[in-house]
Amino acid sequence: MSFPWANEYKPSNPLMRYLDEKLPLPRFVYNAVGAGYPVPRNLNYFWNFGVLAGVALMVQIVTGVVLAMHFAAESTVAFSSVEHIMRDVNAGWFLRYAHANGASMFFIVVYIHIFRGLFYGSYKPPREMVWHLGLVIFLLMMATAFMGYVLPWGQMSFWGAKVITGLFGAIPLVGEPIQTWLLGGFAPDNAALNRFFSLHFLLPFVILGVIILHVWALHIPGSSNPTGVEVKSEQDTVPFHPYYTAKDGVGVAAFFLLFALLVFFGPNFLGEPDNYIPANPLATPANIVPEWYFWPFYAILRAFTVDFLFIPAKLLGVLAMFAAILLLFFLPWLDTSAVRSGHYRPLFRKFFWFGLIPTIAILGYCGGSHATDGIVLVSQFAAAYYFAHFLIILPIISRVETTKPLPTSITEAVLGTAPGATLQPAE
Amino acid sequence: MESMASLTEDSATAGEEQGGVRRRDFINVAAASFAGVGAVSVALPLINQMNPSADVLAEASTEIDLAAIQPGQTIKTIFRKQPLFVRHLTPAEIASAEKVSLGDLRDPQSLEDRTKAGKKQWLITMGVCTHLGCVPLGAGEGEVKGEFGGYFCPCHGSSYDTAARIRKGPAPRNLEVPPYEFTSDTAVKVG
Repeated sequence: MSFPWANEYKPSNPLMRYLDEKLPLPRFVYNAVGAGYPVPRNLNYFWNFGVLAGVALMVQIVTGVVLAMHFAAESTVAFSSVEHIMRDVNAGWFLRYAHANGASMFFIVVYIHIFRGLFYGSYKPPREMVWHLGLVIFLLMMATAFMGYVLPWGQMSFWGAKVITGLFGAIPLVGEPIQTWLLGGFAPDNAALNRFFSLHFLLPFVILGVIILHVWALHIPGSSNPTGVEVKSEQDTVPFHPYYTAKDGVGVAAFFLLFALLVFFGPNFLGEPDNYIPANPLATPANIVPEWYFWPFYAILRAFTVDFLFIPAKLLGVLAMFAAILLLFFLPWLDTSAVRSGHYRPLFRKFFWFGLIPTIAILGYCGGSHATDGIVLVSQFAAAYYFAHFLIILPIISRVETTKPLPTSITEAVLGTAPGATLQPAE
Repeated sequence: MESMASLTEDSATAGEEQGGVRRRDFINVAAASFAGVGAVSVALPLINQMNPSADVLAEASTEIDLAAIQPGQTIKTIFRKQPLFVRHLTPAEIASAEKVSLGDLRDPQSLEDRTKAGKKQWLITMGVCTHLGCVPLGAGEGEVKGEFGGYFCPCHGSSYDTAARIRKGPAPRNLEVPPYEFTSDTAVKVG
């Protein structure tokens, strides 16, 4: 692992030397996120978002563990225990708003992280495993967020749980038994609430475990960079610490600014007012919508309105929604271009910025809106483009595109080819 | 590799009489199978605990008194923690349900299929849209009944007719008729 010129861990303190002999944990950290990990020198701010996602997860774990001390996972009192947190628990309102908006921050950061990967071709060899583990983390995050949203036992919690577990009911033959098995009843009730709470507590730690694998897999080839050109010499890298710990520090500060803005000035801006109404199995809210980070997928789910062959529309929608994510697992083989970075791929770049990104934005808008005929029609076109982008457009682009010449090295990309353009010590 | 080769050589000579199968192979397979059976027998209760518990199943039937329900009126009650619609159809509603030819239906069922013999004025269905599980409107006083006069789901616009059959919108099936029986002329037991 890592490059031959990586700094070696040489503790001068006798205590640290002793520890290094018995359990080399500090050495491990030093090599993973310290001065022992050489990183391309040209990373831009989009490379902050992996660390930011880690920060967001830690915020969720800390606030979540504390909230669990005050929350009662029992369907008759869950709603009031959340109100108890909001009104009676010292700083409870702050912890809950931080946890609820922290989830949104986590998704914002992870989506940018994923788009970074899509634009710069981070999913390409030799980093496919990093990409796949990242998608596993994304799926786990979605499951965790969904179950967390059910816990306050408001109207959206209840109906969200009903609609999402209802998706499994679309599976032929075994669908309904699976749905009953997932819920522990015929509709969301105490059994469902309890198991969702248990899993909502567990999964973040599973995510943490997969993050360790994700970073481990990343450190074998080392980080990618905006040119997509692999590291060739020591000149191309700088140690992670202090260079990128400092750069990430700037990102973390910006992250907490936006986070604080949400928590203190718009804590319910991203939420649904209906979730402040206690769950009522006999009255459906006028418009069941998931949290904003599920909107694009919800739009794809609702885009299927007619049966095709022998497959009912409902099952098609469910399959398409899951396919929208599973598709990304095949990306390393759908995009066969040898050039990684979108900077050097003029055609790819156009379809990325003017095709994929607006499509996902439109799907997001449609998923959050009431499903009128017009909205459904727009979602159908957008969903069609989404699949076409990955399954048709991307493979064709990879074959026909004339890419721009790549720099011969990262250093050349940074300093240019002018004579005398060599490394100078900082003054 | 060297040790592997010598091992197979040894075992080949040792196992010749038993057709190439060593005693140790048998022990390995037997031990792994035994552990496998053990793992499965422990996994079963771990999976089964997710199924509805006895108290949830105990609430699985509901009795309803029909005496007070006027023609044209629908009551909303609860069966298995889900809304249940009990509708007293008017003669006009029965006629409109019977007028439809089954070939035009997405989920072809006649009103007779969906009610008990001689009691076709009593339409008992789940109040759960077969699309994504919302509660359709049309049971309560003054609620929209949709363009086919039965129920209308506000979530994604599925319309049901006076036999609670799907006529328009994304829902794949008619509103489910739960298992039920008349215990007297004016009482039913659902479930």
